[in-house]
Amino acid sequence: MDKTKLISKVNEALAEEFEIEVSTLVPDANIKDTLDIDSLGLVDMVALVESLFGVKIQANEIASILTFENLYDYIDRNIKR
Amino acid sequence: MKQRVVITGMGIYSCLGKNLEEVCKSLYEGKSGIVFDASRKELGFRSGLTARLETPNLKGVLSRNQRVYMAEQCNYAYLATDEALKNAKIDGDYLAAHEVGLLYGNDSSAEAVMKSIDTMREKKDTAMIGSGAIFQSMNSTVTMNLSCIFKLKGINLTISGACASGSHAIGLGRMLIQAGLQECVVCGGAQEVNPYSIGSFDGINAFSIRENEPEKASRPFDRDRDGLVPGGGAATVIIESYESAVKRGAPILAEITGYGFSSNGDHISVPNVDGPSRSLQMAISEAGIDIRTIGYVNAHATSTLVGDANEAKAIANVFGDHKPEITSTKSMTGHEMWMAGASEIIYSMLMMKNGFIAPNLNFENPDADSIKLNIPAVRVNKIFDTFLSNSFGFGGTNSTLIVKNIK
Repeated sequence: MDKTKLISKVNEALAEEFEIEVSTLVPDANIKDTLDIDSLGLVDMVALVESLFGVKIQANEIASILTFENLYDYIDRNIKR
Repeated sequence: MKQRVVITGMGIYSCLGKNLEEVCKSLYEGKSGIVFDASRKELGFRSGLTARLETPNLKGVLSRNQRVYMAEQCNYAYLATDEALKNAKIDGDYLAAHEVGLLYGNDSSAEAVMKSIDTMREKKDTAMIGSGAIFQSMNSTVTMNLSCIFKLKGINLTISGACASGSHAIGLGRMLIQAGLQECVVCGGAQEVNPYSIGSFDGINAFSIRENEPEKASRPFDRDRDGLVPGGGAATVIIESYESAVKRGAPILAEITGYGFSSNGDHISVPNVDGPSRSLQMAISEAGIDIRTIGYVNAHATSTLVGDANEAKAIANVFGDHKPEITSTKSMTGHEMWMAGASEIIYSMLMMKNGFIAPNLNFENPDADSIKLNIPAVRVNKIFDTFLSNSFGFGGTNSTLIVKNIK
């Protein structure tokens, strides 16, 4: 999967799960602020990413994923191709 | 001196309707909410009978972050509580400024537990279960969700007393107000309707198998009853001190004058006569009323052979030659279990406020015990000012409430 498709797939899934407009998901936006979630919501984001891409975000790594760009890059680095 | 405790608001979501107005119409018309659900047979159920209940879609009403923690029955409880608070004229400003409590009956959250365990077994990774499961799975799921949604600041507790949960919630809420510890408590009961929650109940042959006539299956006190029909939803009653209600100009609908309780100390599922009798006597004694002022009895009677017979014996023993109309609204709703004690207060209130007694559907032939009672099979148009409501549960827990009209 190329990165453009990956980003599109992530955004569509997040928009549906967290009930927000896809247009608000811009690369440098803060994830928690944009999705209006707390640490519990992040649990659902992690589960969503794992179910979509088979990529498990480790608990000690989630703190470094602050923006959507961070998230796209993390998945892109760890996805099995 | 004990505070007087009054009812100032009610709300309901049941198989008889999605609000008080719809439910009152169904009661008046003697409409059954029971259907046959073929999908239960595919799951291996002995009985495919159930109450007909639509799961509400609260998307657009509550945020995703509120809904994600709500088990099925929380949806019903939210709608019932929203209606009750509005009818009691309690808004967000009042709730922010006062310590309003919450006591709600609930005794299972099986579907949520099942789904999280299924995910754990399939994925072998607890991270995949998601954030909502723990909050949906706990018995206190209703009170934890309602207290956060409505920003309630008083007591916050789930009452698990089997099929008497909702009744005990109201009785215990009343005690807190009587003692001056709370001015106002949101009380009620909720019951999930999904098949997974009652498969084990079906497994002990407790349900009616009159599947070819769903509306005739729940027949409390009738000679030919063959078991109960599971139902559910949620019912909320706002109770508060008389002084608080007067002070804020609230609609004062009725007064809870008696609460009786007892434990059979006997068999886990087979009820007896002594336990319920003591609960009835305690409520009547506490209310300090002449038993002849009780104009209607809403029986627990679930349409089981032994349960109905023993309740009939207990009522006949306690009431003697006074024979008010006695019906079981479960003939229309099926057994609403954790919710029943609260919903049946509301059904009885709607009847009392509107001058009628809904029929005990399907009471075609009495048995040796029910023949001693005055059980109308058709609607009775009657003005009454006091009713008694029984709720009994597994383990032999009994609860009786007495409510007096305030005009």
